[in-house]
Amino acid sequence: MKTKMSFLSWSLSAATVLLLAGMIAGCGGNQGKAGPSAVSSDAASAVYVPPGKYDEYYAFLSGGFSGQVAVYGLPSGRLLRVIPVFAVDPEKGYGFNEETKPMLETSFGFVPWDDAHHPELSQTNGETDGRYLFINGNNTPRIARIDLTTFETAEIIEIPNSGGNHSSPFTTENTEYVVAGTRFGVPYPQRDVAINTYAENFRGVLSYISVNKEDGDMNIAFQILLPAFDYDLAHSGKGESHGWTFFTTYNTELKNTLLEVGASQHDKDYIAAINWKLAEKYIAEGKFKEMPANYRDNSYSDKTHMATSKKVDKVKVLLPEDCPGLVYFLPTPKSPHGVDVNPSGEYIVASGKLSADLTVHSFKKMLAAIENKAFETTISGIPVLKYEEVVAGVVKEPGLGPLHTEFDGKGNAYTTFFISSEIVKWKVGTWEVLDRVPTFYSVGHLMIPGGDSKKPDTKYMVALNKITKDRYLPTGPELTQSAQLYDITGDKMKMLLDFPTIGEPHYAQGISADKIVPKSRKFFPLEENQHPYKAMGEKESRVERSGKDVHVYMTTIRSHFAPDNIEGVKVGDRVYFHVTNLEQDWDVPHGFAIQGALNAELLIMPGQTETLVWYPQREGVIPFYCTDFCSALHQEMQGYVRVSAANANTPLIWSLGEPEPEQ
Amino acid sequence: MKALPRLCMVLAAAGILGLFLFPMWKIILYAPQYPTGVQMNIWINKIDGTESGTLQNVNILNHYVGMKFIEPDAIPELKYFPMVILAMAGLALLAAAINKKSIYLTWLIIMVVLSIVGFYDFYLWEYDYGHNLSDTAPIKIPGASFQPPLIGSKDILNFTAVSLPHIGGYLAGAGIFFSFLAYWFRRKQ
Repeated sequence: MKTKMSFLSWSLSAATVLLLAGMIAGCGGNQGKAGPSAVSSDAASAVYVPPGKYDEYYAFLSGGFSGQVAVYGLPSGRLLRVIPVFAVDPEKGYGFNEETKPMLETSFGFVPWDDAHHPELSQTNGETDGRYLFINGNNTPRIARIDLTTFETAEIIEIPNSGGNHSSPFTTENTEYVVAGTRFGVPYPQRDVAINTYAENFRGVLSYISVNKEDGDMNIAFQILLPAFDYDLAHSGKGESHGWTFFTTYNTELKNTLLEVGASQHDKDYIAAINWKLAEKYIAEGKFKEMPANYRDNSYSDKTHMATSKKVDKVKVLLPEDCPGLVYFLPTPKSPHGVDVNPSGEYIVASGKLSADLTVHSFKKMLAAIENKAFETTISGIPVLKYEEVVAGVVKEPGLGPLHTEFDGKGNAYTTFFISSEIVKWKVGTWEVLDRVPTFYSVGHLMIPGGDSKKPDTKYMVALNKITKDRYLPTGPELTQSAQLYDITGDKMKMLLDFPTIGEPHYAQGISADKIVPKSRKFFPLEENQHPYKAMGEKESRVERSGKDVHVYMTTIRSHFAPDNIEGVKVGDRVYFHVTNLEQDWDVPHGFAIQGALNAELLIMPGQTETLVWYPQREGVIPFYCTDFCSALHQEMQGYVRVSAANANTPLIWSLGEPEPEQ
Repeated sequence: MKALPRLCMVLAAAGILGLFLFPMWKIILYAPQYPTGVQMNIWINKIDGTESGTLQNVNILNHYVGMKFIEPDAIPELKYFPMVILAMAGLALLAAAINKKSIYLTWLIIMVVLSIVGFYDFYLWEYDYGHNLSDTAPIKIPGASFQPPLIGSKDILNFTAVSLPHIGGYLAGAGIFFSFLAYWFRRKQ
């Protein structure tokens, strides 16, 4: 199923879409979109970025089940790059070349795909800083870190003892941690038990992944063992609530079958409030249990141009019963989905997706309730605070199916409504609804650049939609998903643009281009290349045989390979093409492709070395060539490998060009 | 002011020593693929560019039409010109110590002659690079020359080549002018 909504609400939304479709049909077929979709006449100029000009913002949209991140420019909606993260990408050789294969290693082996939901920019003092973009892998629980100087995946860490990494990564104010809460309760430790022993044997684990201040290196600092609720989404506190993280839960009923009914019975589920500063203290005091674990931490280096996969077998676990004050539950109607903290850190907005109203908790009231021990009950030693002691206000009947909220810098909040397919603007503090705009259709997340940080930007808002139906030219049964851009500078939200997206966008992040552009790498200095199979110049290009392994140390420069004639390779060999791109100029990658390769091509950036393994299967002379149109003589950038029989005596020779005539 | 000629001559020495701190000349190549230009910097003792890969990139572009690679190690002037400049700076300080107008004038004349010789040498190198083309060049254009301008701008195929003094060049020019001032003020005393 495509959405993370419960089936009940999904059906409701489908009914709404049918209704809408009926209305559209009723007013004259596919041209009947006037009215709510009409944009004002100046919309085109508002999003027009002239040829050759840069966009004002970067937008990072998750690819969902594509396992990638799409980078768009705003306000134009132009697609700039697709970053492969959890999914192999033959275009870039990602996951196919020898250097990046370790990035996708997990405790299960090589997992070439994931469901990537929530991009999150690194922050300093609660503001996006343009260093890293984190994103969760939902299916095989992982968090990736993308380096925004290269727009490449720099690290992927697996989350042990988790069932599905949905409430993740959601950074703390200085990127001390990114978090990873399990969506599915699983037996803890994972073992063979009857599924209907859920309440007894299953648990939910929340993980805190530390991020090194200097190089961004991620490590699992600690985990917190909680009841087996479904931990749906999260956001960390900021400002006054810095030091806390808030996770929404559903299935507090602890059901293990037909959740659409069973997990929708309680009037209120909970927000789990985690005091992570206190957790640090408990860790320092040694109040943790060291539990066996099995996970991978994979890092890519821009110096060796290679990834390494590290096995880790232990994790520190905090148990709430041993750590008083670590966790509190805030009762929240009803199966809350998104949890969003306003820029000051005082208000915690919970979108109860099956509730008629939107509930907002107060951080100050929460602290007072804890102080006064205003507890309703306790669950597994965790105090449940009294609802009326923590609630700050309620936005009355704003729409149907609230999911997510972002903020502007002017005290307003913007909440998406999946079922009624709209975004509603309301005032933080007075809880009055100020404006509403339709989305096309069934909006999930929304994004305002910096809209979940302390310093939101009040210019654009992007709606990330699940359904497009009649919005674009049809492409068979599967249709594109889409994003819509709105101007939020005035009192009324104004739709400016509608553009298709890759995969399925869930959350997104936006950032002012000037925080990234000056740090963007143009190429890798060749002298810093530490790849063990590099060739630092054509003089170092060569071919070496060791048993059945043949290592070709190859270089590229406009417009030839060195060497480009290789003989003495035999059927049954394993040939490693280690290709170093000697170029030191911006936008001059070279490609390498060879007939019969069972993996992909290489696309080598200037100063980089990449390796393609090739198994010659038949005797003959096999061509290879450059795939990236590098220069005027790109089409001449080609070569041959002669493949002899396994028992042949063809000598191993290599060359480039004919010997120069004596002058 | 009695010390003025001497001060001017010390500034003349400082000016030409600026050649060791800044490039004396720059050649910028503009093309559709290089909207911000590829800028090569010519120093008294080396050739480089605004980026670490500039010289390699210029050589890659040049090789299509069969121009020789620019290899600073193969240009002897980059070794002995620095010595000439150091010697001239030393002589300027000596002249300031002697403080005679004829000495100032002599230094000025030598320096102007050296500059003319330097420019002529630069022209010869440019001529050689622009005309001495490989027989096996991928792109051959009969009668075409790829010589960059000595100073100013010139269109060469898809490139516009701009050749202009850099900071070091202006400083050296100022140095020569200061030696003239030294002579002028000394004559007035």
